[in-house]
Amino acid sequence: MELPAQIREAIVAHARYCYPEEACGLLAADADGRLRMAICMENADRSPTRYTLEPTEHFRALRYAEANGWELAGVFHSHTHSAAYPSPTDVGLAADPSWLYVIVSLGGLRNPDVRGYWIRDGRVVEEPLVPTAEVW
Amino acid sequence: MNMAVPVRIPTVLRPLAGGEKVVEASPGSLADVFAEIERRHPGLGERLRAEDGGLHPYVNVFVGDEDARYLDGLDTAVADGVEVSIIPAVAGG
Repeated sequence: MELPAQIREAIVAHARYCYPEEACGLLAADADGRLRMAICMENADRSPTRYTLEPTEHFRALRYAEANGWELAGVFHSHTHSAAYPSPTDVGLAADPSWLYVIVSLGGLRNPDVRGYWIRDGRVVEEPLVPTAEVW
Repeated sequence: MNMAVPVRIPTVLRPLAGGEKVVEASPGSLADVFAEIERRHPGLGERLRAEDGGLHPYVNVFVGDEDARYLDGLDTAVADGVEVSIIPAVAGG
């Protein structure tokens, strides 16, 4: 999966902004499945170890994505003090086998690591994220 | 004229809706809408209800632009042409 530069930057910036709490948001993809936007959202849990998307913001993001001919195709969140790999909580709560689950580990804020995963039936498979230039 | 109520289905539940993004129901209460969905798409309607019969905690339902939890829950009236949107709860750690 290609990860356009501005989407990676948006994810990392939102993770830094929310630190020390976890950051979260949704990923919109176009009809060809290409990632088009990271929609930064409030963490309703305001927690360093948990996140929940705020439902009204999620609904707004859905409307926005659909207005652009996109779909919500995944979710991202940050791990403030652990690796960019799904936690047992992430695996247990991952409901959508068609969604890409992106995790950014802040690595002391200076060396962010952004990785993507499919989580299906409790199994985690990494999807390599290939950096690409900015696209609009 | 009896317009249908469009019900937007999230990707995670589309396999239970024959792959459809939107299914249709008749106007009524939200409980009526869910019951009709369950009749047309067995297994789908019950994913929207908790075991105690209320709204499922892992599902957020919007009637028009409003969260049904802040309206009348399953008793919320859904008029002709008003859109119902099913938004899955998304969380992790």
